Amino acid sequence: MQQRTPIEEQIDLPFVESLRISFQSLKIRFGRSIITTAGITLGIAFLVSVWTNNEIGVALQESGRQSTINTFEETTEQGISTKDIWLIVMSLIVCVVGIANSMLMAVTERFREIGTMKCLGALDGFVVRLFLLESGFQGFSGALIGALIGTLGAVLLGLKDYGLDLFFYFPLLPAQPENGPMQLGVIVVILLGCILGMILAVIGSSFPAWRAAKLPPAEAMRTEV
Amino acid sequence: MNDIVVKTEDVVKEYRMGSNILRALDGINIEIERGEYISLMGPSGSGKSTLFNMIGALDRPTEGQVYIDGQNMSQLSQRQIAAFRCHRVGYIFQSYNLLHVRSAHGNVTLPMIFAGISERERNERAEKLLDMVGLGDRMYHLPDELSGGQRQRVAIARALANDPSIVLADEPTANLDTITGREIIDLIKRLNTEQGVTVISATHDLKMLDVSDRIVDIRDGLVERIRNRDEIEIEVGEVGGEGE
Repeated sequence: MQQRTPIEEQIDLPFVESLRISFQSLKIRFGRSIITTAGITLGIAFLVSVWTNNEIGVALQESGRQSTINTFEETTEQGISTKDIWLIVMSLIVCVVGIANSMLMAVTERFREIGTMKCLGALDGFVVRLFLLESGFQGFSGALIGALIGTLGAVLLGLKDYGLDLFFYFPLLPAQPENGPMQLGVIVVILLGCILGMILAVIGSSFPAWRAAKLPPAEAMRTEV
Repeated sequence: MNDIVVKTEDVVKEYRMGSNILRALDGINIEIERGEYISLMGPSGSGKSTLFNMIGALDRPTEGQVYIDGQNMSQLSQRQIAAFRCHRVGYIFQSYNLLHVRSAHGNVTLPMIFAGISERERNERAEKLLDMVGLGDRMYHLPDELSGGQRQRVAIARALANDPSIVLADEPTANLDTITGREIIDLIKRLNTEQGVTVISATHDLKMLDVSDRIVDIRDGLVERIRNRDEIEIEVGEVGGEGE
């Protein structure tokens, strides 16, 4: 039994221990994790499909095919229609709100767990790191699946609009046409989608986790959802 | 000389409820000796759980000081408070507060992970503790697969993981039937007598009376009276006579 010794400082846990706990938590909470991840997947799939669709449209238009240009009635001098910009911005907003909401819910229902871990001696930083790891992994895997689904959707849509010509002019890589706007290319769009999904998931989860970790444990444990 | 393990000095806790301020604790002064079994009693809303939270460093008092082992809790750094919760105190809650994604074994090892104990040692210790509380055969069950009494046993084993000198129990029997509650009380009492752990329990369970060394009655955020064991024994008789 401990006697009157000064209270020591809590130690930092090795990174591998945090990694193990966060993966264990994802594994056991598999069903719930899938739903949260699905939220991210949907948001990114929507964004990437709209964006890729736009890239395909611009690429085929740049290729100079008359039939392609005909499908873009509102095309501006720069090649991107206001409608497309509107669609991309809207899908971006839907994606941000959707992911932030699903991460917030997933953390809020775990406030009690956060309070309990602090009772057992967890440092605030450890709690935040746990959520950072969990959400980073969920964000990346969800966004990657979403980006692939979105690209597939855009390709199918492109096939319907342009037929097999799509593959001749497929904007896989970034390109800078002589007198047109910079094209990102589908690979960059997929990458950006993954990064965005991961960042949104990490922010959406770590911020509430950090707030809960800062609370005194009694208060965190009182929170009922 | 008495060995005071917990001392509170004019502890006040206020909660803001909209525009109203609720004074849950209104200047509490108590001293608890090492090895004592203390029950904080009072009706719900009396402030006993709030006091429990102050003693366990689970919440900060609005005014006043809490000293544990002679150290002023308000002067500790975040890291020291985390270490205090990890090593010095074991918590037992009314609603068990087990992590439902971790097995009984996983719950008991968690505080040891935070303490930096090696995997082999924490497995050995968790097995020993779960055996002691009578759950040797259900070590790898998830909390959802255990009964209320069994969950509370896991919580007790977890509270003892890092060999604390104080066990804080907040209404540990409130969600349990009479017989299971009795078993849990006996188990906590055994820790107190056999291992010399100081037990501080917030309760309104009368079964807690006859195992307590002292009872602190809390009412409206104040210490109403402090009763010793000999006074308690008489009252238990009375309570029994009234057909409790």
